[in-house]
Formats: sequence, C-alpha cells, structure tokens
Amino acid sequence: MKLDAKIPEGPIAEKWTKHKFDVKLVNPANKRKYDIIVVGTGLAGASAAASLAELGYNVKAFCFQDSPRRAHSIAAQGGINAAKNYQNDGDSVFRLFYDTVKGGDYRSREGNVYRLAEVSVNIIDQCVAQGVPFAREYGGKLDNRSFGGAQVSRTFYAKGQTGQQLLLGAYSALSRQVANGKVKLYPRTEMLDVVMHEGQARGIVTRNLITGEIESHAGHAVLLCTGGYGNVFYLSTNAMGSNVTAAWRAHKKGALMANPCYTQIHPTCIPVSGDHQSKLTLMSESLRNDGRVWVPKTKEMAEKVQKGEVKAADIPEEERDYYLERRYPSFGNLVPRDVASRNAKYVCDEGRGVGPTGLAVYLDFADAIKRDGESTIEAKYGNLFDIYAKITGENPYKVPMKIYPAVHYTMGGLWVDYNLSTNIPGLYALGEANFSDHGANRLGASALMQGLADGYFVIPYTIGDFLAKQPYDHFNEDHESFKKTEEEVKGRIEKLLSIKGSKPVDYFHKKLGKVMWDYCGMSRDAEGLKKAKGMVQEIKEEFWKDVKVIGSNEELNMTLEKAGRVADFIELGELMIDDALNRNESCGGHFREEYQTEEGEAKRDDENFSYVAAWEYQGEGKDEVLHKEDLKFENVKLTQRSYK
Amino acid sequence: MNLKLKIWRQENANSKGGFEEFQMKDVSVDSSFLEMLDQLNYQLEEEGKDPIHFDHDCREGICGMCSLYINGEPHGPTQTTTCQLHMRSFKDGDTIVIEPWRATAFPVVKDLVVDRTSFDNIIQAGGYISVNTGGTTSDANEILIPKEVANEAMDAATCIGCGACVAACKNASAMLFVSAKVSHLGLLPQGKVEAKKRAENMVAQMDAEGFGACTNTGACSAQCPKEISLTNIARLNREYLSAKFTSDNN
Repeated sequence: MKLDAKIPEGPIAEKWTKHKFDVKLVNPANKRKYDIIVVGTGLAGASAAASLAELGYNVKAFCFQDSPRRAHSIAAQGGINAAKNYQNDGDSVFRLFYDTVKGGDYRSREGNVYRLAEVSVNIIDQCVAQGVPFAREYGGKLDNRSFGGAQVSRTFYAKGQTGQQLLLGAYSALSRQVANGKVKLYPRTEMLDVVMHEGQARGIVTRNLITGEIESHAGHAVLLCTGGYGNVFYLSTNAMGSNVTAAWRAHKKGALMANPCYTQIHPTCIPVSGDHQSKLTLMSESLRNDGRVWVPKTKEMAEKVQKGEVKAADIPEEERDYYLERRYPSFGNLVPRDVASRNAKYVCDEGRGVGPTGLAVYLDFADAIKRDGESTIEAKYGNLFDIYAKITGENPYKVPMKIYPAVHYTMGGLWVDYNLSTNIPGLYALGEANFSDHGANRLGASALMQGLADGYFVIPYTIGDFLAKQPYDHFNEDHESFKKTEEEVKGRIEKLLSIKGSKPVDYFHKKLGKVMWDYCGMSRDAEGLKKAKGMVQEIKEEFWKDVKVIGSNEELNMTLEKAGRVADFIELGELMIDDALNRNESCGGHFREEYQTEEGEAKRDDENFSYVAAWEYQGEGKDEVLHKEDLKFENVKLTQRSYK
Repeated sequence: MNLKLKIWRQENANSKGGFEEFQMKDVSVDSSFLEMLDQLNYQLEEEGKDPIHFDHDCREGICGMCSLYINGEPHGPTQTTTCQLHMRSFKDGDTIVIEPWRATAFPVVKDLVVDRTSFDNIIQAGGYISVNTGGTTSDANEILIPKEVANEAMDAATCIGCGACVAACKNASAMLFVSAKVSHLGLLPQGKVEAKKRAENMVAQMDAEGFGACTNTGACSAQCPKEISLTNIARLNREYLSAKFTSDNN
C-alpha cells in the first residue's frame, strides 16, 4: 500500500489557500441530498456537525453520553493557542508552526501543522462571535498567558475551564442546527462498527444504550471524532467512558492506525493515592507559569518527608533542588510536557520523590504568592486550587501541591491525509482520534486548537471535494452490507454475554493498565516491551475465557458497554507495544531507554525513523503490517530539541 | 470505614422502584463517593448480581454527568459534584441513602440514572448566538468587553447542566439553569441582539418540558456545585418581563 498524504504543492504558506481553491464544491442545492454521520460530540465532532449542517448537509450526530455537551473536551483546563500576536511579543503563524513541529520532536507533517497554525487565528474570532467568555484585560481586550514549550504568550483562556467554554460554544452551534432540523442527535448511542461496501465506508452500526437495540445508519461519509485511547492504561486523566472502540473497529475494517505508541504523559497530575482509584486528575499545566517544581536535594531528606517526619516548608532553600530550573535555565518550569514528566520520573527513581508513596514532586506557589499576593493567584488558578483541595484534603495556598505525571493524551490515532480522510474512502478522523498534527509530543493548549480547526475550518472544505468527485447514489440501510455488519455486532455481544466467567470486566482493565504503564509508559525498552507483548496476549486469552458480564443486551447495561471497550483496548495495547518496539529511537513522548543522549534526553534517529508508522490489520492473532509515510522537512531545520 | 447503603433500584422507566440495602466494609476515606460505588459494584459483579447503574464520566466535576441525591441533598453534603465528594465527608458506621434526581422532567431510566434530554431541548430553543461557524468574522479584539462583564458572563457560563438545581427545588423548577444561560449570553455584547427572544423562547420551552414554577426559595443556588448565583434568576425575570412588553415574537 502506498500512503499518499496528498499535501498540496507550493510554498508552505500558500498550500491551504491554494487547496481551498482547488477543491471541488458541492452546489448549495445539492448539499441537502447528502447525509453525513458524525461520531462523537467533543470539540471536533460538535464543531464539524454544526458547520456541515450550516452548509446544508444532513447530519446525524452520535455520542455515548446523555448529552453532547458532556464529551471529554469539556475537561480541558488551560487554554487554546492562537498566533494572534496580540501581546506584540514576536508571535506569528510561522512561529506557532515552528514551535509545534519542534515540540512534536519532528515527527509531524509540516503541511498539516502549518494549516493548523494558520487557522488558529480564525478560531478565536469565531469563538468570540459565538459568545465564548474568554478572559479579558482591564481595557476590554483579550488576555493571554504563556504555556509550556513556547516563549511567547499566545494562549487564550476562560479561567481554568477553557475546554468547557469552547465545547459549550460548539454545543450551542450544534443545538441551533438541531433546532433548524439539520442535525439529528443520537445521545446514549454507541458506534460499534463501520459498514463497508466495495472498499468504501457507507455507514455505521450502533447500539442504543438504553434499549440495547442494534441499529444501522447509512451516510455518504462517516466522521470519527471519537477522541483518544488513554484509557488503555486504566488510570488516566480521560473520562471513564473515553474509549477506542469506534477507531479500533474502523481499524479492523482496514483503516490504518498511525503511531499508536505516541502517548503523552502529563507532568502535573494529582498523584495516585491507593487501589480504590478510578481515574487521575490533571492540574492544568498553566500552573507551571507560577508554581516552582522541586524535590529535596538528598534521598535522606526525601525519606523523612515520605514518612511524614519533615514538612515541605521546613526544608531550607539550600536543601531544595528546583531541578527543572537547574537543568533548563532558559525554559525552566515551562519545558514541554514530555521533558517535565521524564524529569519527575528520574528524581523519583533516585529516591527523592515526596508524599507517602515517594511518587510525587512539589509544585510550590509560595514565591508566587509572596510576589503577587494570594488574591492574584486565586484569580488565576482558584478553581484548580479548589479541585486539588477537595481531592487531597490539603490547602495548596499553604502547602505545596504534590504532583506526578499521568497519561493524558494520545498523539497516535487513525492515519489521515491532508484532507483528514483515512485510507478508506468516505471515512474521516478528526481531533484526537487522528494522528496528524502533534508528532511525538503535543504542546499544551494545542489539543483544543486542533479539534476546532479540524471541525470548523478543515472538514467543511475537504468533504465537499470527496462528495463532488463521485457520482451521487442513494445507498440505504436495506443494503445487505448493513445486515451483515449488524449480525457481526450482535454475534460479538452474544459472545461477551455467553462466557459467564468468574472475573469482572474491571479486573482485566486494571491488569492491562498496569502492564501498559510499567512497560509501555513513560520509558520503554526492548526487553520489557517483548515481555509485555506476551502478558497482553495472556490477558486477551483469559478475558475471552473468563470474563463475567452480568445482565442482558436488551437493557441499559454498563458492564456490557465496558466489556466491549476493554476487549478493544486489549487488542490496541498489543499494537502499541509492537509500535514502540519497532521504533528504535526516542522521540517526544516515546522514550526508549536504549536511545538517549549523554544528558539523558530523547535521542532521535532521523535517518531511519523520520516516518509515520501506519499499521494495517491482518486478521485475528496475526501480526499487523507496517506501512511507512516518510516525513519531509523543507521549512523546519531538524535539531536536537533543546530547552536549556 | 464501614457503611450501610440504602440505594434506589428501578429496573427501567416503566417499572416500580424501591430501596435495597447494602453493607460496605473497608472503604478508604480517600476514595471518592463514586469510587465507593465502584467498589460495591465490583463486589456485586463478583457475586453475579446486577450492578447499580449511575451516571458518571469525567470524574473531575466538569462534565455534569454525575447526579445522585444523597441523604436528601443533590450531590450530597458538600457543595460539589458527586464525583468530587470524598468519603472523608462521612463517618464510620453511617447510613447513606442514595436516590436519583426526582423531577417530572427527568424521568428515571434505570436505578439512579435519569433522562435529562429536557435540558438539551431548552438550549435548542434559544441557548445560542445565531452566527454561523467558520468563514470570516471580525477580529476578536474588535469587540471590547469590560473585564467585569466578561467575568460575570463567565461565572454564569460555568453551569455544568447537571440538574442539581431542579433536584433541590421543591417545585422542580429549572430557573437557575435557564437563567445562567440567558445571563451568560445576554451580558455579552454579541448576545444582546437576541436577548429578549432568547429569554422568551427558553422559558416557554422550560414550561413545555414540565419543570415547575420558581418561588425564589434559593435552594437551587445553595445546592449548585458551581455556585451559580440567584442574581441570574433576577436578571432572567427582568429580561423576560421586558421582553413581554416589547416582544419580538409577534
């Protein structure tokens, strides 16, 4: 299979403009003849569904939550980047593009990233027009803050709830189209397969989560906006329901999965406190603007802290190691996420971690409060401090926060070309569900930017090109391909219900998560990965022999929902391991112990691994086939990333 | 800690429900309320019994999916979402009563899960600014918004749509929810254009969905996990009245 990214010709700054002119258009009267299926209603899904409906297409929008407003984009805290240069600090589209490619450790496509930076400015205009209450300065203009991996202030924010406000904006646009009759909503509905006919995606099969009914929906195009797969690790900052099922079922129908091993471990999360824990909570990385990260200089002191004999405030300045400021004087606490996470792991591995488990570092606001006053800090981070206090029972205004890295985002995902089309005609992937813009590491405040860029500004152009280039047909749910796919879906559900084994679904999910975190987490090595592959295969075998799924299909059955999702996570886990094992280099969030510089930084191998690894499913139990898309860098100079 | 739980069980929307009792042992004080229920469900599943169904998703207090009426209060004893309620708020040996939201407009789906589609219907009736996405809009900084106004709009926009206000209200009124959205958009210059029509249409939809009337007891705001202020209801009343006098909906 030859992978063609379909990047337009010409200078990078003109590619998107030229492409928008070159794409074929569907005339306004014809748009109403097309049905578009949008799965997922987060930033990418809601914005795509609203925009396509406004253009005149008939849209069906699906989500597993009870309302589209609850998709997990809502939990994003810190902000959204845009190259507005309102602060006059030297920002530009080119700089945002450059920062993003560099931040991704040179493993993303130049063309896609430039377009992302280019439309970022329109996103802010659009969101303000629809009533997103971004933070303002006293003069009434928009306020900005700085964020990790950048030396300019280009991040727009709405308190610590930027994702919520952007999603509510997209949800309001979506609601308007529901009222206009252009979008039909299907809440509490889960997509369980893609329907294929003659190599093209023609619709989906879903399960109504209330009644258990298996239903078919035909469409001229299917958009998967279904988010990332961080829950493969069991503990992550994702929502409990976030899952890979839609993307994975598409993968099993032929869509390539790209760079699945690229996962982002976010440095500032509340540490794990015990076995009861169901998820981890992120503290926005914006906290690193004012918080200083440190651990005790010596192991001896750290041990006393772990036992509770010494408190943070009692440790004198000269016995503290502000390790990020020490190692990276120019970026300090604002190094990119992968660098910050790995360094936290190192100091904890050295035995210098704090908290009862020793798996935490301090994030200290004492200096910021002394400098700016408690009320200024409260205005900036009040709600984050509240969340922290509620979960841990500690007051971060008085004692330093304790943080530790946790799985947060997955840069890998379905392979897409410049048009956001997967290799299956008619099947698209938007937002976190695709792999395209963040390379091996995503910069902070870029996920919201990408979700909305894909939905509001990219897909409305590129989908028309696809539809206009092929003859119109009316392909409906009566076609045998739907019946066949429904039978497959039903068979799978019946199988899950008939095992009647001895162990609850969560038993397997936890077991899988531990293997993935231990061997395919913050750092990996070949030996561990090989071992993990065997372990995941065993978990799979045990799952299909011994899982216990209570209840029936014909009712609200959350155990059954979860069983299907965990089954898919197990298969994905094995592919992530294969991908990590194949990539004999370190880059961004993928850190292989064998490949590091003398200073312990990620060591890329541009000669051999400057490619996108896109995997093709081969059938049950068979190794997947690797396809390579070479990455070309014409505008960015590849260097060893340095934040010193 | 050890606990006694009395939990509402109901097979589906059409069946009759009732309380079932459970004994819980060895619950960590650090676990969240929902993690305590996870623990119970794990036990039930091991015993081959139907686990308790409850809504939840982000577990960070922002998605608004979790509900639960705990010991007579929506989201329990502290002013947070249920997912942010921790077991350290309870004592060893406590009996905890857990019910679904109770309101005509929120019918029970199963056990503790309710249907809040009525909230989506209210937003569809006018909870938006009528601008198209994409295309060319004016530069974001061409609209100057005083910091205080932006903050006030943001405070109203913080509503997570969980429905605790309805569950707390003896009339099951949705006024706090509706007023938060009307305030968020009506305070901003971009949203003023449609302010009157929005207030009228959203209130009409609220009535059509079967929510009760507001009698200003303030229980909603007192129980709101996001501390949405009663001022919003006053603002909605003002907007609504002035709309009635000078209605655009003729």
